[in-house]
Amino acid sequence: MREYEKTGLLSMKELQVPSKKQLAKGVAILECVQEIPCNPCVDSCPVHAISMKDINAPPVNDFEKCIGCTKCVGVCPGLAIFVVKVKDDKAWVTLPYEFITVPKVGDSVQALDRTGTVRSKALVKKIVKHGKTMVVTIEVESCLAMDIRNIKV
Amino acid sequence: MRIRAHPIIDFKKRAELPFYFQKKKIVGEEGDTIAAALHAAGVRTLTTSLKYGSPRGFFCGIGKCSSCLMRVNGVPNVRTCIAPLKEGILVEMQEKLAELPDAEFFGEPKKTIDVDVLIVGAGPAGLCAAIESAAQGASVLIVDENQSVGGQLVKQTHKFFGSKQERAGTRGIDIAKELENDLRRLESEGKIQVMIDATVIGCYESDKKHRFGVVERREYTSTLYDVRCDAVILACGAMENMLLFPGNDLPGVYGAGAVQTLMNVYGVKPGERVLMVGAGNVGLIVSYQLLQAGIAVDRVVEAAPVIGGYNVHAAKLRRCGVPIQTSHSIKEVCGEKKVEGAVVVRLDENWKPIKDSEEYIKCDTICLAVGLTPSTRLLSQIGVDLEFIPEAGGYVAPHDGAMQTSVKGVYVAGDASGIEEASTAMIEGKIAGLSPAILLGRSKNKKLLAQYREELAQLRAGPFGEKPRIAKQKIATLAEAHHA
Ligand SMILES: Cc1cc2nc3c(=O)[nH]c(=O)nc-3n(C[C@H](O)[C@H](O)[C@H](O)COP(=O)(O)OP(=O)(O)OC[C@H]3O[C@@H](n4cnc5c(N)ncnc54)[C@H](O)[C@@H]3O)c2cc1C
Ligand code: SF4
Ligand code: SF4
Repeated sequence: MREYEKTGLLSMKELQVPSKKQLAKGVAILECVQEIPCNPCVDSCPVHAISMKDINAPPVNDFEKCIGCTKCVGVCPGLAIFVVKVKDDKAWVTLPYEFITVPKVGDSVQALDRTGTVRSKALVKKIVKHGKTMVVTIEVESCLAMDIRNIKV
Repeated sequence: MRIRAHPIIDFKKRAELPFYFQKKKIVGEEGDTIAAALHAAGVRTLTTSLKYGSPRGFFCGIGKCSSCLMRVNGVPNVRTCIAPLKEGILVEMQEKLAELPDAEFFGEPKKTIDVDVLIVGAGPAGLCAAIESAAQGASVLIVDENQSVGGQLVKQTHKFFGSKQERAGTRGIDIAKELENDLRRLESEGKIQVMIDATVIGCYESDKKHRFGVVERREYTSTLYDVRCDAVILACGAMENMLLFPGNDLPGVYGAGAVQTLMNVYGVKPGERVLMVGAGNVGLIVSYQLLQAGIAVDRVVEAAPVIGGYNVHAAKLRRCGVPIQTSHSIKEVCGEKKVEGAVVVRLDENWKPIKDSEEYIKCDTICLAVGLTPSTRLLSQIGVDLEFIPEAGGYVAPHDGAMQTSVKGVYVAGDASGIEEASTAMIEGKIAGLSPAILLGRSKNKKLLAQYREELAQLRAGPFGEKPRIAKQKIATLAEAHHA
């Protein structure tokens, strides 16, 4: 039994972790590690960075190909894709958001980790709508780049 | 109790419909069912139990469990969770056993309908079956007991998994709209007859064709139709499972489907704070949808040692701060006339409660997401062979690769043929729709059949497809044995 099957929480050992150089250009972290019948992320990527052996295999991102364009974030039905870009001591995290309190660019919001704990404040940098899913980019301290996965507005 | 703002659904204010509950005026909205309008006004107790007189609210919310029976305009035993609200109606809680009214039950005399294919249920399976059958040239009648078509899809606000063919990335509610558009187009071309707010009540003696009774409800009185068909496809879905614990009959204990129906179809809050029981995909998804509707989820408890649903769904909840407790279950519900709280308990490796591990939590709603059971009552009445297959969710009909059961011309599809998913229900529906068309000589498209079967096999190939894969293997083996 894997720990995440009990808790619902993924840790770094289950995830593909990009190198510093890859994080600097911005890449998509696919937090989807189980074999589930799903593949729209593969079709959404304009540079074919995401691949899958078959529809049940977990997706794999080729961080060398990925350009961090965030297209896949709003497509993923599991709301499981996050784009992380690190520049100096700041990180931009792009995440999917589907709640009623709507953030605006320039707002200061709460930044939450995978357990829903508030870890810091975040500045909303960019919002793109993909249907009813908002794709929100926030800025946090770079040390939190791989931890922050939600916002509270 | 109305949800006005929602991130996914536009709940526009609809026209007001005043009506009377126990002689008191209440204002509902157009499109409500009677039970939804009562809930919106804070009325959760709809009836009392026959034996003990204790209060009862609805459990299933989809017309299957009969704990919402009320008297409407003098007509007893109206299933208020699916009966549409009309202006000025008189709704009453009925005495323990309803009195037979003097009023004429059947507003109009019986009518006869003759078609190639009758389809029972307009969920994803039934809709796809109807569209496929009609596209192949068969004449089709599709019947559903709800106010609208779409089955469980009309409440699924999340995006679906799968691949492009199964409309992955599209929300269930939008898939329902797309399917309804296709259906209505074929209806306008005279290829399909659609009957909603109508129930297929049973199969009757007939010489050659299959013969069914269909009751269509209008203004709470009913019209009986005598339907003759060469083939029938039973796509009647499933019923939510109940759990045994003290207080499970209190108003405020709902099945997950009921909660989803209230909040996502009618825009009515089932409560303010919910305890979710079951961490399969249904429990996880409905918990997230509760948060989206502005309702608090105290926690999710799951008796098994692992979360049964997809990790992506569990992760979504966790990052909103909702705890998921595996090896935990509900011990009892607290409250006099309604849910006021619950006791949860930790289980050991043998699923036995651990002493002194009880925890009291305050909540006004309990949502049970502990599995579904295929609806097979019509199948059993027809005389189709049924077998108990745990992996399929209960008794199911052994069927061949064309979805035909042990009785010629009787087909199954979707959850009624074994609990699975909307994506697989749609493909099974297409197969079940195509097969009778081929049998009746309306189509020669055997190639398509092979393609659909391949799509099904692909969807069931992964580890999460194991249960249905085993179920369907057993079903195929049994079908062959029955055939021999
Ligand atoms: C919370 C939740 C989330 C889900 N999420 C997903 C998902 O993400 N992806 C996915 O693929 N699947 C999902 N599913 C599963 C999916 O909804 C079902 O598997 C699917 O709806 C089954 O389709 P069906 O057509 O067999 O049955 P249903 O959709 O249940 O339709 C059956 C219809 O038949 C009608 N009916 C029954 N008996 C009669 C009768 N005698 N006369 C007239 N009408 C009758 C019923 O009123 C109903 O409308 C989810 C289910 C739930 C509850
Ligand atoms: S961020 Fe853009 S390039 Fe990278 S995987 Fe997603 S869609 Fe492809
Ligand atoms: S779209 Fe999302 S849920 Fe589906 S396989 Fe890709 S990452 Fe996983």
